[in-house]
Amino acid sequence: MTTRKTDVLIVGAGPAGLSSAIALKRRGVARVTVVDREPEAGGMPRLCHHTGFGVWDFHRLYTGPTYARRYTQLAKALGVEIRTETTIVGWENAHTLAYTSPEGTGALHADAILLATGVRERPRAARLVPGYRPRGIFTTGSLQRFVDEHHLPVGQRAVIVGAEGVSLSTFLTLQKAGVHVAAFLTDLPHHQMYFPYAPGKWWFVDLLHRTPIRTNVRISRILGLKRVEGVEITHTGTGQREIIPCDTVVFTGDWIPEHEVARKGNLVMDTGTRGPQVDAAFRTSEAGVFAAGNLLRGAETAATSAQEGRFAAQSIAAYLQGQPWPERRIPVVLEPPLLWALPNSLAPSDAHQPGKMDFRVGQFVENATVEVRQGRRVLHTQRFRRLLPNETMHLSGGWVAKINASGGAITLRLSD
Amino acid sequence: MPTTYDIAIIGAGAVGTAIARELSRYQLDIALLEAKADVGMGTTKANTAIWHTGFDAKPGTLEARLLRRSYALLEDYVEQAGIPTERLGGLLVAWTKEQYHTLPSLLERAHTNGVTDVRIISAEEVYALEPNLNRGAWGGLFVPGESLICPFTLPIAYATEALLNGATLKLNFPVQNVRQENGLHVLTGPGGQTVRARYLVNAAGLYSDEIDHMLGHHDFTVTPRRGELIVYDKFARRLINHVILPVPTPVTKGVLISPTVYGNVLLGPTAEDLDDKTNTATSAIGLQSLLEKGRAILPDLLNEEVTATYAGLRAATEHKDYQIRLHAAQRYVCVGGIRSTGVSASLGIAEYVAGLLAKAGLPLRPKGEFKTHRMPNIGEARPRPHQQDDRIAQNPDYGRVVCHCEKVTAGEILDAIHSPIPARTLDALRRRTRAMQGRCQGFNCQAAIVDILARETGQNPEVLLALDRGHMPKPLTLTATDHHAEEGQS
Repeated sequence: MTTRKTDVLIVGAGPAGLSSAIALKRRGVARVTVVDREPEAGGMPRLCHHTGFGVWDFHRLYTGPTYARRYTQLAKALGVEIRTETTIVGWENAHTLAYTSPEGTGALHADAILLATGVRERPRAARLVPGYRPRGIFTTGSLQRFVDEHHLPVGQRAVIVGAEGVSLSTFLTLQKAGVHVAAFLTDLPHHQMYFPYAPGKWWFVDLLHRTPIRTNVRISRILGLKRVEGVEITHTGTGQREIIPCDTVVFTGDWIPEHEVARKGNLVMDTGTRGPQVDAAFRTSEAGVFAAGNLLRGAETAATSAQEGRFAAQSIAAYLQGQPWPERRIPVVLEPPLLWALPNSLAPSDAHQPGKMDFRVGQFVENATVEVRQGRRVLHTQRFRRLLPNETMHLSGGWVAKINASGGAITLRLSD
Repeated sequence: MPTTYDIAIIGAGAVGTAIARELSRYQLDIALLEAKADVGMGTTKANTAIWHTGFDAKPGTLEARLLRRSYALLEDYVEQAGIPTERLGGLLVAWTKEQYHTLPSLLERAHTNGVTDVRIISAEEVYALEPNLNRGAWGGLFVPGESLICPFTLPIAYATEALLNGATLKLNFPVQNVRQENGLHVLTGPGGQTVRARYLVNAAGLYSDEIDHMLGHHDFTVTPRRGELIVYDKFARRLINHVILPVPTPVTKGVLISPTVYGNVLLGPTAEDLDDKTNTATSAIGLQSLLEKGRAILPDLLNEEVTATYAGLRAATEHKDYQIRLHAAQRYVCVGGIRSTGVSASLGIAEYVAGLLAKAGLPLRPKGEFKTHRMPNIGEARPRPHQQDDRIAQNPDYGRVVCHCEKVTAGEILDAIHSPIPARTLDALRRRTRAMQGRCQGFNCQAAIVDILARETGQNPEVLLALDRGHMPKPLTLTATDHHAEEGQS
């Protein structure tokens, strides 16, 4: 096995990885290598054959594949080395990753490593939905691969599990494949499809209006031995059961970071996001190893991931120029119904990087006040008229300057 | 292909395929008949994947004897055929005082069964071996021989060797009727097709009682006993070093936590008697009870992601022992009631059944040469193709990862589709390569794999995806010389 050297190694050629590579090149980093396990660079937008991409990054409206191509072309034009069909299989040491590829196995050594391996939706089994294991069960990602990448048949009548932003994307893909949507299911009291998808396309809004959104229900069983024949739903309040006939079930949302490489490197993981713990400069627990994009938490838009990639590039450039790695970090601890926050740790040096802190909640909360404390000291309070589940909320970050660098954990909670 | 076989074996699970392989040593025309589309599709594929020593079998039973004999035979066979195994050892943990006091009798039972390396260990030793176990263990029984095995590769290996040595395999061939004609068994399959054979072995697993009835016997009834299992993510593998066994009860061996040869961790099985022989659905109650048991034994396990859940049916009967009977006058051997130990006892059962057939007059004249076959490795203990530079240099497809979660390459998928017993369904491909078995459950790679399988086998994707409801699988006859001959075309 041969080891090659590069300055920065980026794992994952999606929006976060490619935008970071581009920013690093523009900052004058000589050798930037991006590896991706897929046959083509571009990441998840490659699979999203609908419009809505590029407004923030390119000031143009693109479809996902075009957006992915733009990033890939830009990176290549700047001299970024992109290696596709290259799968990272483990760590040789803290700065060397081993890979396999059609050209053989090998290792890449880098001064800094950025992990941008993205996210997946929890499949049916991980959600412990009982029943048979017939054909016709999808996630949004696998559905997109069936319809847009491989042009395979899907079915005739589908139930969408979830009623959030990504569920809309699923709805669109099913429409395109000629599959009737029997219902959206959500265990929350309202749907969470806030994103005004394709405004002006009234046919779509109208279709959506005619599709039942079943709230306060969960999927309790899958029927059908060879092919899905229906789903059993259970009302979360009354326990009442009902069967919806369908031949297709699509599980949407419920994100889990693709954290295999991060965990194989024994990085400290955050229990809320299930991604690697990072500070405000996207630094993980291991010196010289950074993480950005949807690996950090459930899926945000491509634009958000790309922006994080650019921010991470700033930190990586500073590290390459000799900025010391933080010796200690202050953990960020959450109280329910808060699910996760990002950054989920703070380094004393983060005080100079006032940004924002993202967080998510697990339920609808009206007139909420989020309180940030360190020990007994209240650093910040912020009022929200409404906290929405499956939607990222933002705390302004001026309070970070007030943290006691030698103090204990930062706590985020809803105050009464 | 002969019009009349010397012997027909009904059922190509671990037991049926092992018998076919054993008999293929001799100058016999053998037909192996399977109702499903592939070998190893019943109890064989959905179990705990443990290679049992038989230490806790009821002494004096045929099961105890054949498990012991099979263990010794398998030790050589798994090496020769490249069956993935891991010799980890089992740790039976006593969680209560009562359980602790049963350990000496279990030790004595193990010794009676000839498993002599078993020993009782203290609570301190239990935690030295397994530091992540929940607190409160009283002590344990260490069984060095309990091991992991790949229950997917094993029956395919047996059947492949049987084919290479002249046997005929008929898939999608459910036997609907058995009648006697001129001293022959006439077995009727789908569409009135018949197979004639002088001798008959019934290794039909869950359906062995129904076949037995067709021959006029009512010795036992199979009650499907459902076992539900949860497969945890590979990151759970670091939590345990051995097969963690509970103290068995008369009904079941109980819920265990075991690594798998693929690097995952299994939690299960439940034990629930049903009357539907097709009910392999998981249940909310079953999965919930497993989570509770898992939490009580290995609390950290529940922090890891679940990769898969499944349920299998064991062929339990009203009897405590295997139901292997020779009906010499009928030239018929019934191999029923193998319950949950078929994989472990397969080679012992095969040898024993061959002996019974010889007693009934089947001439066992050895062939000059017995062809062996080495299986592709899908276990973690040995190098996989994507880790081998020499193989990638020969064929870059061995470096082209298609299933990212399990690191299955295009080369392995193509090999499985074109192997002597070819993968023609997604399930068959899954069990031969591990593709689609990982943490994303095929959600990343399934579309690509459907594409490859449809292209390579000339099948319609609608059939592979079970969208074509009118489709009835046609019987498929496989031999070593012509392994793609579909009935009617050959």
